[in-house]
Amino acid sequence: MSDFLKAIACLLRRDLTIALRRSTDVLTPLVFFIIVVSLFPLGLGPEPAVLRTIAPGVIWVAALLATMLSLNRLFANDHADGTLEQMVLSPHPLAALVLVKVAAHWMLTGLPLVLISPLLAIQMNLPESAMSTLILSLLLGTPVLSLLGAVGAALTLGLRGGGVLVSLLVLPLYTPVLIFGAGAVAGVIAGIEVEAHFSLLAAFLALALTLTPWAAAAALRVSLD
Amino acid sequence: MGGYGFYVWSSYGLALLVLLLNLYLPLRRRKTVRRLLHEFLRLKRSLQPGSE
Amino acid sequence: MQYLHKYASPKFFYVFAGKLTPWLAALTVLLLAAGLYLGLFIAPADYQQGESYRIMFIHVPAAWMSMFIYACMAGAGAIALVWNVKLFEMFAANCAPVGASFTFLALATGSLWGKPMWGAWWAWDARLTSELILFFLYIGYMSLEASIDDPRRAARAAAIVALVGVVNIPVIHFSVEWWNTLHQPASVSKMGTPSIHPSMLAPLLLMAVGFTVYFFTVALMRMRNEILERERHTTWVAQLLENES
Repeated sequence: MSDFLKAIACLLRRDLTIALRRSTDVLTPLVFFIIVVSLFPLGLGPEPAVLRTIAPGVIWVAALLATMLSLNRLFANDHADGTLEQMVLSPHPLAALVLVKVAAHWMLTGLPLVLISPLLAIQMNLPESAMSTLILSLLLGTPVLSLLGAVGAALTLGLRGGGVLVSLLVLPLYTPVLIFGAGAVAGVIAGIEVEAHFSLLAAFLALALTLTPWAAAAALRVSLD
Repeated sequence: MGGYGFYVWSSYGLALLVLLLNLYLPLRRRKTVRRLLHEFLRLKRSLQPGSE
Repeated sequence: MQYLHKYASPKFFYVFAGKLTPWLAALTVLLLAAGLYLGLFIAPADYQQGESYRIMFIHVPAAWMSMFIYACMAGAGAIALVWNVKLFEMFAANCAPVGASFTFLALATGSLWGKPMWGAWWAWDARLTSELILFFLYIGYMSLEASIDDPRRAARAAAIVALVGVVNIPVIHFSVEWWNTLHQPASVSKMGTPSIHPSMLAPLLLMAVGFTVYFFTVALMRMRNEILERERHTTWVAQLLENES
């Protein structure tokens, strides 16, 4: 195994281990996601037809917010203890290391959101036929959220008021994912062909995978200067 | 303006306001910057040894 | 490259911009006066929208400017990042407030146009929605820039934001457009520039060019202030102020 692959495997294992030892970090966004979605029936009334219409949008917006909530964890701890500087100085390309960190972040926030979403879908009266679409759209969309979020997290590293700032930077960029992610689920309920939605979500993922690690790496270099 | 006077004129008025504001801000800034710089240079000169 | 650095030296640029701004300002006044005259007095009323369409002469150029300025900001940011040219850093940072105010103008006039056309101050029309998201992007850019104290670091961080934004703007625009055609109720008519007559196109273009020249005038004025501030320790600034007083 080459040095580079070893470094990647090591970093991934490290990030996962640390996060699992501090399990509140993993649980907080997830609980937030569940609470936000559960608030909507309380605010709007339990009318099943109403809930069904708003379910795709509500679940997707809540997923957006939950992802955003978890972003500061991505680099902040490593920045505080100096690990991040070691990463920047390491001989391996920083963009690749960032990609590994984002992958770990997604496994700990995006994936749990995807796994819990069927439960919320039942709560929101989403028809069973739309369930697989919801899961698949979240599966394609949440990695994009983590990738774009990494750029915002890297840029706001160590700034006062970083938490609010990251939402200002990142939320407008999330709109395409929201439109096509929620659109796919709503489309299935309305009986529209949604293949185009998935193609576009996959295209966003491909675009984000190729571009955002470079942007995030550049942003980290600026922040650590 | 065919009954649309309010909408049309408030649009043009707003545009004028935005254009004037964007002109006024750098002009005011220019004044402040010059005043501060003159003060800064005066202080610097007075602190230099042998300037008396 | 050495030409770029010569003409991009702050001292040279300060003097050059100082000479250029009065001319640009005069050109702005001329272009806007001609555009307003043609738009308000010569162009005939629209047979469908009556006189209200005249808002277009502000709304459409302002919307164009909001995107043009963002593109300028990203381009200048990229040059500043790659070649480390201070002047382009300052240009990018000084674009943002002007761009944001044009975006605000496009939103406000869109709302003022929407009220007589749709009967409501706001509709989730494709152009207004993308303009709103663009406004959010400007706000994000400016707040990041403002929250970093070191100007060099702020400029580089902001340049990355602008570049990420400029890649995203077409995607956002396309998504919103697509979302809009799907959800558009039949009663909401699209406002915009349908099959435009030359007597309406001329003022539209004049206003657009006038806004562009105005933008460069204001940007140069802002940059001159910033140059003086940043270069306050140099001898040429001291000499310049000495000669004036």
